[in-house]
Amino acid sequence: MGLFFLRRLGVMILTALCLTFIVFFLTNLYPNLEKLAKTQGNMRMTDAEVTQWLDNRGYLEPVALKYAQWLGVAPGWTREAASGGETVVTGRCIDGQATPAEAAEAPRFCGVLQGDWGYSTVFRENVAGIIGTRLGLTGYLMFWVILLMVPAALLVGVLAGMNEGSRTDRTLSTFAITTTATPEYVSGVILIAVFASSAVGLRWFKGTATSAMENPTFENFFLPVLTISLYGMGYIARMTRASMAEVMTAQYIRTARLKGVSFPNIVLKHALRNALIAPFTVIMLQFPWLLNGVVIVETLFNYKGFGWTLVQAAGNNDIELLLAVSVVSVIVVLVTQLISDIGYVYLNPRISVT
Amino acid sequence: MEPLTWTGDLGPVLTPLMMAAVAVFVLALVANWGLSLAGVKSGEIAYENGQAVLVARSPLDYSALAMKYAILLFLACCVAYILAGMLIADPRTAGIIGTVAGRFAPVWIALAATFALSIAFKRRLGLYGKLFDSTIGMIGFGIVMFWVFAAIFGGPLGLIVTHDALDQISGLKNEPPGAVVPNAAADGLYPYYLLGGDNLARDVFSRMVEGAWEVMKIAPFATLFAFMVGITLGLPAGFYGGRLDTVLSFLANLILAFPVILLFYLLVTPEIVATGIPVYMAAVLFLFPILFIAVMINSRYYTRPAVRTPVLAVLLVGLGWLYLSLVHQPGTRIDFLGPLTFLDLFDIPGGILVVFVAVMFVNSPTVFRIVRGLTMDIKTRDYVAAAQTRGEGVWYIMLWEILPNARGPLIVDFCLRIGYTTILLGTLGFFGLGLPPESPDWGSTINEGRKLLSIYLHPALPPALALLSLVLGLNLLADGLREESLRD
Repeated sequence: MGLFFLRRLGVMILTALCLTFIVFFLTNLYPNLEKLAKTQGNMRMTDAEVTQWLDNRGYLEPVALKYAQWLGVAPGWTREAASGGETVVTGRCIDGQATPAEAAEAPRFCGVLQGDWGYSTVFRENVAGIIGTRLGLTGYLMFWVILLMVPAALLVGVLAGMNEGSRTDRTLSTFAITTTATPEYVSGVILIAVFASSAVGLRWFKGTATSAMENPTFENFFLPVLTISLYGMGYIARMTRASMAEVMTAQYIRTARLKGVSFPNIVLKHALRNALIAPFTVIMLQFPWLLNGVVIVETLFNYKGFGWTLVQAAGNNDIELLLAVSVVSVIVVLVTQLISDIGYVYLNPRISVT
Repeated sequence: MEPLTWTGDLGPVLTPLMMAAVAVFVLALVANWGLSLAGVKSGEIAYENGQAVLVARSPLDYSALAMKYAILLFLACCVAYILAGMLIADPRTAGIIGTVAGRFAPVWIALAATFALSIAFKRRLGLYGKLFDSTIGMIGFGIVMFWVFAAIFGGPLGLIVTHDALDQISGLKNEPPGAVVPNAAADGLYPYYLLGGDNLARDVFSRMVEGAWEVMKIAPFATLFAFMVGITLGLPAGFYGGRLDTVLSFLANLILAFPVILLFYLLVTPEIVATGIPVYMAAVLFLFPILFIAVMINSRYYTRPAVRTPVLAVLLVGLGWLYLSLVHQPGTRIDFLGPLTFLDLFDIPGGILVVFVAVMFVNSPTVFRIVRGLTMDIKTRDYVAAAQTRGEGVWYIMLWEILPNARGPLIVDFCLRIGYTTILLGTLGFFGLGLPPESPDWGSTINEGRKLLSIYLHPALPPALALLSLVLGLNLLADGLREESLRD
């Protein structure tokens, strides 16, 4: 078990390194840097000025070296310039400008390993702070999504699977298949149209969740939560149904029936626990997809969480923010995979990791 | 002229009928649930000549019967609308619903022909024919084919659409469905905007139909190519295992660990397109289909060089030419033909190629994983061992022994994956990536329509419902196929 864990951890770190390097490489391509220079500096800069601007900020060093600096395994860049008769030092590890004496005292390495996530060029703030607050907001959204989605999906799946082929099964399966076929940007639009627009006139909920960032209420927060939940729910429900239907044909269920155990008892005491093993894995693996849904729904409802930040960072080529976003999302993906593997072993003693 | 009403002159007749059907259905459904909860069982069943016949009906059976007839009545009303739309030329009589249904006349005819032919010959058509034994599969197939025909007739043939998807007519900005086009007769235009006008005064109905063509141009082919990439890499990974498998699986998991939207942003933005990375990726990814087909033919006719060599030569020249035409784009990084540009058969508009590549790239790792898993399972079978004993080549075993036996799950996944690709295309459009902003594809239209959603519903809802129904159809079709292929 320990060895398995270590190996998975090694693969995880390797994946995260490769992935961040790809993001780093793509965001540091020259056209992207040029766009960054023009949006941050001045739209009418000449090519020479763009090069100068980029060079002053250490963007023109080789990609591998820059990546090592970002990681914190190579010393950060420094530039010396003369201004007003004094030498002024700027650098990756120096806030603003400093005298040579101050610069000598500044740390030489400042990357992710030292806990420095860099500076966001869009939000003009430290990346760590942005990620923290945004992740908090999204975490809150996800909490409610899980709370709504998982019980509803399990209920639908179990009800459909306990009597395979019945009318309840067919109705619920149709519902599940419809929700899996409805991406968030379609269900979100339909839900807003029905429940939030003045054209239909119900106006039960609000079409935007901006106010939910400070003051989440049922009125402004329910639609985004429902939109994300619906898409994931159908899939989990179908998996639960398949698993439940399989368990219901097992020998021990037949034995229980022949003994005269009542149907509710069979479902709740004999079938349910075994039927919930497979959905557990599915629920864990659903997290990366939820991340996707979060990006769409946060954009649609203008809820400024993690997904919204991703769109802003990617749209404006905010390199360090984008890197932090990808690190976080890759960790989410890989940790959920790990949990689903380990959890599966604990739930199903017939399988072992080795 | 007055704007059209939803139901036209048919409304007073058909609307009450449809309402009645819905009411009866709901009542019967409630009664059915109530009765089954109260413990009423359905009537006695007797067997005659091996067939089950209901002898005595209980109230439960009557409620089920009522539901069935209510559905039939509802469907009959829908058919009445379609027929009215096709037969009555005057949109004021047929109403918006009837006219829209009537505009789809070529689709209905093609659908009816497809179903009639398929059902007549279903015993000779293999898995496709068996699809017509399952209701779910038939419904799914019907919905999918509806959009396929709508795309073909509406896009290149221009039959269904009423206006050009890009034409703006002043005065029709955000007008509700059924709005009258001013001076239509003088300009030779269709006199109504059937589903209203959008934010830029373009016809919502025509854009929706044209959008189907945009989706059909990309989604099935991107999925097919993703399958070829996934199969070409997944078969050896699963068959050999070992280090090759480790490396390929790591790469696949790496791509899967990317949030899809981040990947799209990194691949599809104009700055990245300017560096040529998507074009290089296209050059690499489009090699796989050629490789796949060449290896397939080679392994099959390896022992008969007289057949293999000419077939392979013709195929490679043909496919190679297509490949060059596809990859070579004047004005991008891959522009090497110079004076030989006449060899370039066709150009794919830059935006579409980039979107195509991005969608393919995202899909192929999943296909790879499925194929790898199936191969690992199938390679332990006896017929594979038999082929090995016969001395067949490795690629022959993979492509002609293992792959055909993995077709069931792959076909089902193919249907699901086209749906997923459609969703991805919509996502790209939703974020305004890749395709040009005026493109009528469903994702872009939804994105444009959502900005004014709280006031005007009609620009955003038709493309949203269209996308929903297409993906739903594909899901149902996959379900039907799965059911029927398991029955083998």
